[in-house]
Amino acid sequence: MRKLGWKELPPGAINPWAGNFMEVKTGSFRGGLKPVFHEEHCIHCLFCWVFCPDNAIIVEDGKVRGINYDYCKGCGICTVECPTSPKSLTMEKEELQL
Amino acid sequence: MGVRARLKDLAGLEDKFVSGHGLCPGCGIPIMLRLVLRATEYPIVAVNATGCLEVCSSGFPYTAWKIPWMHNAFENAGATAAGIEAAYKALKRRGKLPGGDKKIKIVAFGGDGGTYDIGLQSLSGAMERGHDIVYICYDNQSYANTGGQRSGATPFGASATTSPAGTKLPGKLQWRKNLTEIMAAHGIYAAQASVSHWKDLFMKAQKALEIDGPAFLNVLIPCPTEWKTKPEDGVRLAKIAVDSKVWPLYEVENGKYKINYYPKKEVDVVEWLKPQGRFAHMFKPGNEWMIEEYRRRVNEEWERLVRLTKA
Amino acid sequence: MAERKILNGNAAVAEAIRQIDPDVVAAYPITPSTAIVEYIAKFVADGLMSAEFVTPESEHSAMSMCVGASAAGARVFTATASQGLALMFEILYIASSLRLPIVSGIANRALSAPINIHGDHSDTMGARDSGWIQIYSENSQEAYDNIIQAFRIGENPDVSNPVMVGMDGFILSHAVQDMLVEEDSKVKAFVGERKPLYNILDVDHPITVGPIDFTDYYFEHKRSQFVGMENAPKVILEVAEEFKKEFGREYGFFELYKMDDAQLAVVVIGSTAGTAKVVVDQLREDGKKVGLVKLRVYRPFPAKELADVLSSMRAVAVLDRAASPGAVGGPLFTDIRASLYEYEKRPILVDYIYGLGGRDIAPKHIAGVYERLERIAATGERGELIGYINLRE
Repeated sequence: MRKLGWKELPPGAINPWAGNFMEVKTGSFRGGLKPVFHEEHCIHCLFCWVFCPDNAIIVEDGKVRGINYDYCKGCGICTVECPTSPKSLTMEKEELQL
Repeated sequence: MGVRARLKDLAGLEDKFVSGHGLCPGCGIPIMLRLVLRATEYPIVAVNATGCLEVCSSGFPYTAWKIPWMHNAFENAGATAAGIEAAYKALKRRGKLPGGDKKIKIVAFGGDGGTYDIGLQSLSGAMERGHDIVYICYDNQSYANTGGQRSGATPFGASATTSPAGTKLPGKLQWRKNLTEIMAAHGIYAAQASVSHWKDLFMKAQKALEIDGPAFLNVLIPCPTEWKTKPEDGVRLAKIAVDSKVWPLYEVENGKYKINYYPKKEVDVVEWLKPQGRFAHMFKPGNEWMIEEYRRRVNEEWERLVRLTKA
Repeated sequence: MAERKILNGNAAVAEAIRQIDPDVVAAYPITPSTAIVEYIAKFVADGLMSAEFVTPESEHSAMSMCVGASAAGARVFTATASQGLALMFEILYIASSLRLPIVSGIANRALSAPINIHGDHSDTMGARDSGWIQIYSENSQEAYDNIIQAFRIGENPDVSNPVMVGMDGFILSHAVQDMLVEEDSKVKAFVGERKPLYNILDVDHPITVGPIDFTDYYFEHKRSQFVGMENAPKVILEVAEEFKKEFGREYGFFELYKMDDAQLAVVVIGSTAGTAKVVVDQLREDGKKVGLVKLRVYRPFPAKELADVLSSMRAVAVLDRAASPGAVGGPLFTDIRASLYEYEKRPILVDYIYGLGGRDIAPKHIAGVYERLERIAATGERGELIGYINLRE
């Protein structure tokens, strides 16, 4: 986003662009590990979804479809809270994107 | 309102707090938020005390909020929410609400610093005056936003930057303030919840949002950064806090205490303490008394709570 | 028809608020402004007002509520003094930074320590950099008139800025005076409806209010905030003009009293102007060319307008009812001195600190000030820059 000059700013320091943090991709927070979804084991309990701090579990029609790596910060909560055996989500190495 | 506590249903609802925010990996705050913001069909106007959530969700020119949101200062989320509520009532009465006459819920969020400590007076005043607001404390047990100083919510024994474990002093020597009961003493709906028990949290949020009048939730929020734990362990630890009776799930409604969850098996406090770096010094030789004291006090408070439910 | 009433300053302010009937009144009692809050509470209890009247547990919360309510589009009033204003200090800045109109009545009182409940200007002068418009009153009538105008000024979309209206604690707040109270409907019509710049209750158009700024935006936001204060002078004069048309009483940035051919002048804020006018009248009878400037609007400071008047004087004394330890004089003095810097012809200036903690200032003290100005004008010698009036050695 281009940095606005003082005459262009909305009054009273308000931000009228609701939800525009979506423009900031927090996938860059990951430090070399990312969760990987294994659909074949998934029971779609959605624990991964409810416990994800970054809305990074993609759910469609009540089913887990994968991970949104644009926002996943790689915390790994989803892999710990996944109740299946073997796990439907596991942490795996990834190349650091610098 | 008829939102069912089913994850399949909840996942189909829009996120009003979006991705892109700067909260730490593994932070428990958004877990609480996504549930609370789905717990009512009334539009919510949010107020936020200064703290992790405020700082990480509002860095201009960005915002993670798709609902009206306001930050005033650190110690006044209660009063700010009360002011918005007073305006809402007046404008509604005078037919001057923007977008016409509709029911709106005002929800304030504050960390333990902004709630247990610096904001307690403002919160107490707002609750005493009976404003129709819900106040939710996201209790991560320290001033996490400023690097982990002790708060009135920091547990006994924890090493925080202003109660560090040193060669003479073994971390924080005081027990945490019992904020939930302080709020219950206002004669309002007050409840304690944990992000680990999402359904319990969701239903308490629903109840609080349905009440015409003040309500208070104290939600345990794992903070990997200041608890010195692995980020993936937060929810698991919050669950251990509940199972070990360190953080009982209970509510006080019309003066009646109700424990919402009785742990099924014995879980010792060591399981809560051991994985957290902030308690590491308690496991050093000579500090055994600290774990003893922790265990004794947790059990004593649990038994007291059980007695209160029978009163 | 306007009605003649005998009211003290607190009652006069409360009367204006009854007529305006804002959306929200949130105020905490403190001497000497307590009665404003009590009167309003009674008006609400008797059904004479339908405002949402809230009694917070502190002034800090009172101002915090005002900020929340104003962000919700409400017309908001509070009242305070002294320690109460000091406790609000943090939130005063937030109110102005978020461009939130709030009107606060102030019964000016000394700041602790020692604790003292009597009138001086230490409280509001301490808040002079908070970004609030500051208007001061000489008597009950002015307090009433200023409150009415304050809503119009602060809520003007070009200004959208909080306003504090000062009156001297006890001297005005508790002393009854003969004054005119205008018709309810006329006052209501004059004040009109508030049209907020934004509204936190507009759930269909969600906004984020009070964000965190980093080094890349704070400065721009601050600069854009100042626009409200910069637009205020024009609006203050327009509102005064309309007020005169509607109610007949004249207001500006300041009042000039017998200044047309004056060579020696005193500048003063608030009730002391009444005393000083008596002295000016007496000295004029003796043929002395003396005059008085009573400043009404302190923020925004009418630097050019004031300096235009004062630059042709031979000697000017500024009376400050507040001290600024370590500064070059009282707050009013330093502002006036700075305003005159641009002028090649300017008077010799002296400052007096007076009336702290409610210490009396009598006609003889003010006459003494004029005598000194005469000596300065005659000899060209100023002497001490800062003096103290009616202070025991």
